[in-house]
Amino acid sequence: MKGSLLTGNAAAASAARLARVDYIPAYPITPQTEIIETLADWVREGTMDSRFVQLESEHSMVTAAGAASLTGARVFTATSSQGLLYAMEMLYNVSGWRAPMLLVNVSRGLAAPIVLEPDHNDVLAARDSGFLQFHSETCQEVADLVLLAYRVAEDKRVMLPAIVNLDGFYLSFTRERVMLPEQEAVDHFLPPYEPISPLSASNPVSRGSSVMEGYVYSYFRYNLHAAALGAKKVFNEAAREYEHFFGRAYGPVEGFMLDDAEYVLVMSNSFTALGRQAVKRMRDRGIPAGLLKLRMVRPFPGEEIAALLRGRKVVGVFDQNLSPGLGGIFYPEVAGSLYHLRNRPKAILPVVGGLGGKQITTKEMDAVFEEMVSIDREGKTPSPLFLMREDELARVKKTVAIAEGGS
Amino acid sequence: MSTATRFRTLKDMPKEDYVSPGNTLCAGCGGILALRIFHKVLGPNVAWVNAAGCMTVSMSYPLSPLKSNWLYTAFASAPAGAQGIRDALDVLIAKRKLQPSQNLKVVVVTGDGAAYDIGLQSTAGAIDRRLDFYYLCYDNEAYGNTGFQMSSSTPFGSSTKTTPVTPAYPIGNTVAKKDLFEVWRSMKAPYVATLANSHGVDFLRKVEKGAEVRGPKLYIAFAACPTGWGFDTRDSVEIEKLAVQTGVWPLREAVDGIVHHTFVPRALTPVKEYLKTQGRFGHLFEPAVNTEAINAIQGSVNGYWKEAGSREGFEVKTPEVVANKAVSN
Repeated sequence: MKGSLLTGNAAAASAARLARVDYIPAYPITPQTEIIETLADWVREGTMDSRFVQLESEHSMVTAAGAASLTGARVFTATSSQGLLYAMEMLYNVSGWRAPMLLVNVSRGLAAPIVLEPDHNDVLAARDSGFLQFHSETCQEVADLVLLAYRVAEDKRVMLPAIVNLDGFYLSFTRERVMLPEQEAVDHFLPPYEPISPLSASNPVSRGSSVMEGYVYSYFRYNLHAAALGAKKVFNEAAREYEHFFGRAYGPVEGFMLDDAEYVLVMSNSFTALGRQAVKRMRDRGIPAGLLKLRMVRPFPGEEIAALLRGRKVVGVFDQNLSPGLGGIFYPEVAGSLYHLRNRPKAILPVVGGLGGKQITTKEMDAVFEEMVSIDREGKTPSPLFLMREDELARVKKTVAIAEGGS
Repeated sequence: MSTATRFRTLKDMPKEDYVSPGNTLCAGCGGILALRIFHKVLGPNVAWVNAAGCMTVSMSYPLSPLKSNWLYTAFASAPAGAQGIRDALDVLIAKRKLQPSQNLKVVVVTGDGAAYDIGLQSTAGAIDRRLDFYYLCYDNEAYGNTGFQMSSSTPFGSSTKTTPVTPAYPIGNTVAKKDLFEVWRSMKAPYVATLANSHGVDFLRKVEKGAEVRGPKLYIAFAACPTGWGFDTRDSVEIEKLAVQTGVWPLREAVDGIVHHTFVPRALTPVKEYLKTQGRFGHLFEPAVNTEAINAIQGSVNGYWKEAGSREGFEVKTPEVVANKAVSN
C-alpha cells in the first residue's frame, strides 16, 4: 500500500475503479462532477474496463443504474444536492427492486436560494428511501466506505442500494493523504457481484410489478426494513475483514475521547474534525468532553449510540441540516435512541450549524461545549442553538442592504 | 434493409403467443392487443420496460400475462430503464460474464401520457444516444388508467375528465393532438412508424422492418379504448379501422427520416362516421350537431392528406367541408 494525495472526489473514483464496476451512468453537477470526469477519462483511456454513459437527467441516471443492476452489472454513480432530489422518485424504486447499486453523494445545500457548499439536507432527504447510508469524515474514509458499501449492499442477506456521502468542497476538492488498497486484495475482499434472478432470456422475471393489496405491500416494506436493519451485522463482519486486509477499522459509529467524557457531541461528516479539535481544547481546560461520530446513518446505529452515550451528563447533537418547523434531523433520531435508557443523559442539546458550508470557528465550537456544561451545572432546559457569529450577521445585514438598494 | 418480408397475409401472423389469454386489462383493449402482436414478431427473448399506465396494473404481483421479462420503472423514465438494461447486457456480454445466447431485445412499452408528456425528455435522451431499443406507445389519446384525463395526444373535440363539456366549453378539448411521429422523426430516430391493430400485415411488417435497424425504433400503436372512448368492447378493431379509413390515423413510417405512408386510402371516409361511434365525441352530435367543430376536424384531416400527397406524390379524395351558414359570416 502506498499513500497519495487525493481529493475526496478522486478517492471516490479510485475506489470505483478498484471495485471493478461494470457500468457508470452519469450526469454532471457541482461539486460531484470531478468524479464522473475522472471515470470518463479512465474508461476512454482504457485504464478502466467499464461502460460510461451520460444520461439526460439524474432521474434517468438512477433509473438506468437500477435497471443495469437488476440485469447483473455492478453499477456506480454519483450526484449532489438538486441532482439527488431530482432522482428521489427513483431512489425509492431502486431500493424496492433490491438493486444493490452504489451512489456517491457529494453534499451541497439545497435551493432556494441556490448554494454550492455543503450541508446534509440533500443526503438526509434520502434517509427514508431504503438506500443504506455511510457518511465520510476524510478522503480515506470515502475510498474505504465505497468498497465496504459494495460488500454490504451486494450481500445476499441485504441486497439494497447504498449511498456513500462526502462533503462538497471540504472533502470533494480537498487533497488528503489516502492509502489506496492494492487491486489484488480488493478482488479478494470484494468478489464479483452475483445478482439474484436477473432479467434473463432463459429464466424471464418480472420486476417492479404492481401490488394491489396493502398487506402484500406491507410485507415487502417490512422485508426491506429487515434487510436494512440486518445490514449492520453484515457491515460489522465486512469491516472486520476489511481491517484484516487493509489495517483500517470501521464501526457504525466512532467514539473520540469518550472514556470519561461527560459532555459528548454527536457529529457526522467532515466537520467532525472541528469537533475533535474542540474536544481537545475542552480537555486542556479540564472539561471532560468527548465526541461521537455517526458513520452509518442507515441503518441507524441506535444501539451503538445508546451504548456509548448512556450515563453521560449532557449530549449535544450537531445537525448540519435543517428541517424547517422541526429543527435538526439527527436530533430526534439520537434522542429516540436514548429515551428508554435508565441512565440516559439528563439533557440533549440541539445544535444547528454549517448550513450551506458556513464555516464554524473554534469559538463557535467551544460555545457549543460551554452551553452543554452550563446546562448541566445550572440545570437548564436546553434550547436549540443556531450557529451564526456577530461578524457574520453584520455582513448579512450589509448584503441585505445592498439587495434592497442601499449602498 | 431487406425488402423481403415473411408477412404477406394475416395468415402469416406467427402462431406463438407470449401474452397469456386472460389478463386484468379491459375487454377490447387495443393496447394489450398491440403488445401481443408486437411480441409475436420479436419472439420470446424480450425485456419489456414499462412506465405508469394500464399495462402496469396488468402486471400485478404474483401474476404476469407475459412469458418474457418485465421491469416497471416510473412514469417519466422507462427509456432510461431500457438504457440500463441494454448497456448492462452489452457490457456483461463483452466481459464474457454473460452468454450471447442470453441477449434480450429491450422494448419500452408505455401509454401516450408517458410517451407524449412526462417521459418525452427521457425518450429524447435515448434517441440522442442512439440506444438500440424499441419503443411501443399504445396511444389511447388520454390518461386512460387514471380514468381518462387529457394528454397532449388527446385530439381536438374529445371530451375528457379534465376537458369536460360544459355550455362555456362545448367542444371539450380545444387543443390539436401532438404529432409525436414528427417529434421523434425530428430527433433523427432511424425508424419511426405508426400502427393499427386493424391493419395486421402492415403492423407485422413494420416490426419486422424495425428489427433490422440498429438504434431507436419507435412505434405508435393506435389503441382503441372502450372504457375511455365510450364504445362497445367488440367494436375495438372496427373503430381502429375507421380511424385509418377516415384518415384520422395515418399509417406511415419514416426510415432515416424519409416519410412514407404505408396505406393510402383512395377516398377518405368522412370523419363524422368515425366520431359518431364514440361517447367522447358524443357532444359533437347531441343535442345538436356541432358542424363547425366537425368541419374543423375534417378540414385538418383533409389538409394533412393534401400535404402528405403533395410530398409523396399521391392523391387522396377528401370529403367536402360543408360551410355552416349558422356560424359563417
